[in-house]
Amino acid sequence: MDESLRELYQEVILDHSRHPRHFGPLEHATHKAEGYNPLCGDRVTVMLALDRDGRVADIRFQGKGCAISQASASMMTEMLAGRTLPEAQKLMNGFLHLVKGEEASDLALEDREQLDAMAGISEFPMRVKCATLAWHTFRNALDEGEISGGAP
Amino acid sequence: MTAPANIIPTFDVVRARADFPILARQVYGKRLTYLDSAASAQKPRLVLEAMTRFAESDYANVHRGVHFLSAAATDAYEAARRTVQKFLNATSENEIIFTKGGTEAINLVSYAFLAPRIQPGDEIVLSVMEHHSNIVPWHFLRERNGAVLKWVDVKNDGSLDVEAFATSISPRTRLAAITHMSNVLGTVTPLKEIVARAHAKGVPVLADGCQGAVHEMVDVQALDVDFYALTGHKLYGPTGIGALYAKRTHLKAMRPFNGGGEMIREVTRDLVSYADPPARFEAGTPPIIESVGLAAALDYLMGLDRAAIKAHEHALLSYARERVRDFNWLRVIGDAPGKGAILSFEAEGMHAHDVATILDREGVAVRAGHHCAQVLMERFGVASTSRASFALYNNRADVDALVEALAKARKILS
Repeated sequence: MDESLRELYQEVILDHSRHPRHFGPLEHATHKAEGYNPLCGDRVTVMLALDRDGRVADIRFQGKGCAISQASASMMTEMLAGRTLPEAQKLMNGFLHLVKGEEASDLALEDREQLDAMAGISEFPMRVKCATLAWHTFRNALDEGEISGGAP
Repeated sequence: MTAPANIIPTFDVVRARADFPILARQVYGKRLTYLDSAASAQKPRLVLEAMTRFAESDYANVHRGVHFLSAAATDAYEAARRTVQKFLNATSENEIIFTKGGTEAINLVSYAFLAPRIQPGDEIVLSVMEHHSNIVPWHFLRERNGAVLKWVDVKNDGSLDVEAFATSISPRTRLAAITHMSNVLGTVTPLKEIVARAHAKGVPVLADGCQGAVHEMVDVQALDVDFYALTGHKLYGPTGIGALYAKRTHLKAMRPFNGGGEMIREVTRDLVSYADPPARFEAGTPPIIESVGLAAALDYLMGLDRAAIKAHEHALLSYARERVRDFNWLRVIGDAPGKGAILSFEAEGMHAHDVATILDREGVAVRAGHHCAQVLMERFGVASTSRASFALYNNRADVDALVEALAKARKILS
């Protein structure tokens, strides 16, 4: 079989897409955004709750999409939980570099290892947007500001 | 419906394949299996050669200069118009307007024909299986002129509900805009009956023929259709050119579309008067080289036995359906009687884009997504489908490659 295909659809990715972590609604979300990829119709909603220290106390997502977009969203929620916003931003920058096949020097070694399964996407330029959808939606959720009436 | 098997051999697909240089190439070291012709068809060598020959020997701008090449180019451009006229069996070449594609042809009708006739509350009838190019121009009239869009449903097999179509026409209907062949389902609509039912209530009909012109034999006089839009690149011709057929009586009453050179009679500081159709609707330098390519493509098609091509494509569809019958995880969408050679499907637990990516690495090109038909996707409750579309150059080996790649996708993804 095509090596790059095996790399793309490796067990970690398929497992995340079949059994997404942090999937479902988040009550008391402080930030929320919906992402949409008009190319394929994939939708993802990212909800998160920031605590008083500006950490991602909780993050969940909902949506439908291809294995790549679902796995990416699932891994993202796993990795962002507990991070401060600057840490989250750094991780996101590193991730975006990684999936585009660029130097991802700002990724901590541990994060790089955890995201290793995503590196294969750089071989599939038409699919990079699938992988980045949830991350951009996370960014938009922060940019759109706090939900009024959300948790403190 | 499958054509009788004894008709199939009359189309020589081996010979036809030799006409298309791109079919000889490989992708990822694999044989190219091109099943995306409904998005854009490949070009026979003679189309490319006709364009090159023209550009190398007879090219200049049209309808402008008095010099030798301008006359030669004008002759070629107007000859191309007559080729389109012949292809559609229009009464007059002046009923053929060159556009940059099917989308522009429909936008032209929306802007130049319908917009001035719309009062708030007037209705436009369209089917749920329209391509966005036959939806959005009418949404413009909804947004800007207060038009109401009336949607005609399809049956579960994807065929058009003609009774629902007829009852959707009211005294306020100003136009019916219906596809001749669905780009997703392959459904061929009974255009002649649609036109007759609409005309009985005084409603003109626009047919989106971007797929229909490729696979059906179109006779606009027999159909009595008011407008018929087609695009060159799906007809084995070049991109950047399409055509609108419109009845002469409509054209004469239509306001101009784009303003610019070529479409005027006279321009002064205070006034402008317009040229007669078709020039009135062809502002600016038209796609001249492309017109030559389109004519070559249409001549190529008309030189083949089109009934045999249709039977050949239908036989491939039947073969594909037979081969995927054992895939109980695959749901085919669109099963209308007499449908064209398009196989749209949803694979259980597999997203269309993942399927298409795996197929791609096997050299199999299919389309995945909503196919610019989101209203239809909603009708069938799917976010996206994979679509294999067949053209005259496809063969059974293409179907075999598709089926084997699908089995592989299933193995990887499930």
